[in-house]
Amino acid sequence: MNFERIREKLNILADAAKYDVSCSSSGSKRTNKNKGLGDSSGMGICHSYTEDGRCISLLKILLTNHCIFDCAYCVSRKSNDIKRAGFKIQEVVDLTINFYRRNYIEGLFLSSGIFSSPDYTMERLIAVAKKLRLEENFNGYIHLKSIPGCNDELMQEAGLYADRLSINIEIPTVSGLKLLAPEKEHKDFIRPMETVKNNIAIYKSEKKILRNTPVYAPAGQSTQMIVGATGESDKDIMYSAVHYYSTYKMKRVYYSGYVPVLQDSRLPALGTEVPMLRENRLYQTDWLLRFYGFDVRELLNKDHPNLDIDIDPKLSWALRNLHHFPVDVNKADKRMLARIPGLGMKSVYKILNARKYRKLNWEHLKAIGIAMNRAKYFMVCESKDWERRDLEPQRIKSMILQSSQSKYQKMYNQQLQLF
Amino acid sequence: MTRLVYDETFEGLLTALFQVYDERLQQVAIVPVSAFQPDFFAEDIKVFTDASKADRVWQGLKPFSHLQQLIYRSYLREASGAENKILEAVRYVLKTKNEKDYGHPAVLQLADWTKEVGREKHRMEAFVRFKRAKDNTYLAVIEPDFNVLPLIAKHFKNRYADQVFMIYDLKRDYGIYYDLKKVDFVNLEAVNLKNLNAITHEEEIFYDQMWQDYFKSTGIKSRINKKLHLRHVPRRYWKYLNEKNPH
Ligand code: SF4
Repeated sequence: MNFERIREKLNILADAAKYDVSCSSSGSKRTNKNKGLGDSSGMGICHSYTEDGRCISLLKILLTNHCIFDCAYCVSRKSNDIKRAGFKIQEVVDLTINFYRRNYIEGLFLSSGIFSSPDYTMERLIAVAKKLRLEENFNGYIHLKSIPGCNDELMQEAGLYADRLSINIEIPTVSGLKLLAPEKEHKDFIRPMETVKNNIAIYKSEKKILRNTPVYAPAGQSTQMIVGATGESDKDIMYSAVHYYSTYKMKRVYYSGYVPVLQDSRLPALGTEVPMLRENRLYQTDWLLRFYGFDVRELLNKDHPNLDIDIDPKLSWALRNLHHFPVDVNKADKRMLARIPGLGMKSVYKILNARKYRKLNWEHLKAIGIAMNRAKYFMVCESKDWERRDLEPQRIKSMILQSSQSKYQKMYNQQLQLF
Repeated sequence: MTRLVYDETFEGLLTALFQVYDERLQQVAIVPVSAFQPDFFAEDIKVFTDASKADRVWQGLKPFSHLQQLIYRSYLREASGAENKILEAVRYVLKTKNEKDYGHPAVLQLADWTKEVGREKHRMEAFVRFKRAKDNTYLAVIEPDFNVLPLIAKHFKNRYADQVFMIYDLKRDYGIYYDLKKVDFVNLEAVNLKNLNAITHEEEIFYDQMWQDYFKSTGIKSRINKKLHLRHVPRRYWKYLNEKNPH
């Protein structure tokens, strides 16, 4: 094997793949079979973290960065003058196996630029996964990118070897997509999602009848949206996220702050700061929807189309809805406890467990590790001592902001200066 | 005050617990032999580790499987004074049956230790870095904060079913070795990093290099956040992470 050549390819093709933020390797139930290599039945492990603090769980690379398309937001676009490279199928297989055996990774995340045609590209991606599964008896995690516009049979085959399939919608609005990727059509993205969703349902129901039905994409599908490339609002983004979660049964929607990599009049200028704080607020909103029982219309609506930057979305909602508070932690149900600003679901469960044994006062709450600096304005417990003043939302907000040095404060100040 | 001096094995600890109940000791402390210091006012009793007594205690705790987990992991935490917190928690739970009452200080302490040990277990499952030896054994060296080797063996055995491997804890000077059938505990004399390097496969250097390259190219410079990075990968773990030791 020519290691120097492979090294060079790896540098180019890992660099081009890094803007896909998903690195999840959980949700599959693939166990080690016949004394083969690997197991992905666990939670998914981050084997390292990049210097920007993101989890490294998978070998995330492109098969090639040659591309016949010219999407404005993408480093690999045809008109961009960069070094191009392409892996051979066996090279990707060897790299994956060798990284996996050394416990560097949980598996492979393979994507690609589109060369010659969407179908041909998809076939090559499938060939890698197939080889790993059938020839190497590899039971690690495989995430394949679905290539927009490829045919349904290929999507069906892909799911037989991959744990997860994803297709990035990238631009949340149809008009934005027209502007930035005029050669692509919205339906080219939707079609593979639809196929994957249907196949997952079919294979699941067949499995109930025939036990040896193969599994199909056991970790489901996901998508990604770029944030801050077009003028979309947070409401636009989250409403389409909700649409993808419900219509296509997405496991995850990822939000990726746009990193300016190219000079293009349709896009933010080079050197524009990555909107990381906004990205973080969108993730918080996503969690509130998936795990805290919020409806998207409570958090974003006509009167409130964008998330607050200085406070988190739950606190923001609570300040707009003070009539629900204070909540009695000894009586309230799970749903209402989860709505107290500053309380995570872990704390909610701690409270539910601890109050079985005794009525909780402030000391108890502190002892079981409940962070109170934000929560105290919104709850009462077995104590005469609680926030009685009938405070205005603005006043609560400023007291909370004063007492908690937000980890993003510095960034927030920097970003404000830009406007 | 009675002091039960035990040999620091888990069975020894359980035997000590047996003795506390068997002899109805009230004013009692359980002391590891390495921390033992003569005390004029204490009555010291040496615990003779006994598998069947240990087993009776463990069976007796069966209805409290959560507490069992807290005890075992707190033992692996190797905190000073852990034995007496364990005893306190056992007494409280056997009396009240509330094995999840974190309002009780000893139960809470055990739960915190258990959490720490769990975190370290996950870290080691993530941070073990194998090097391939000439004879195709995959070797890794670790120095975990707590004694988590017994907890991670199953994970690695399931994952690397077709690969002979050894993970060695240098701090505690023992390792686990998988021979394609079962995992054994091993003690090796003169394990050190130097002779590990001498027996590595010639391909090792390339994969090591490529992993370092990959680590570099997958980061995004305009998003750099060293503080976050350090929170996830604290400096004390860098020693055995090849991506943090570029050539
Ligand atoms: S098709 Fe994919 S790789 Fe090609 S330019 Fe568009 S986004 Fe980039």
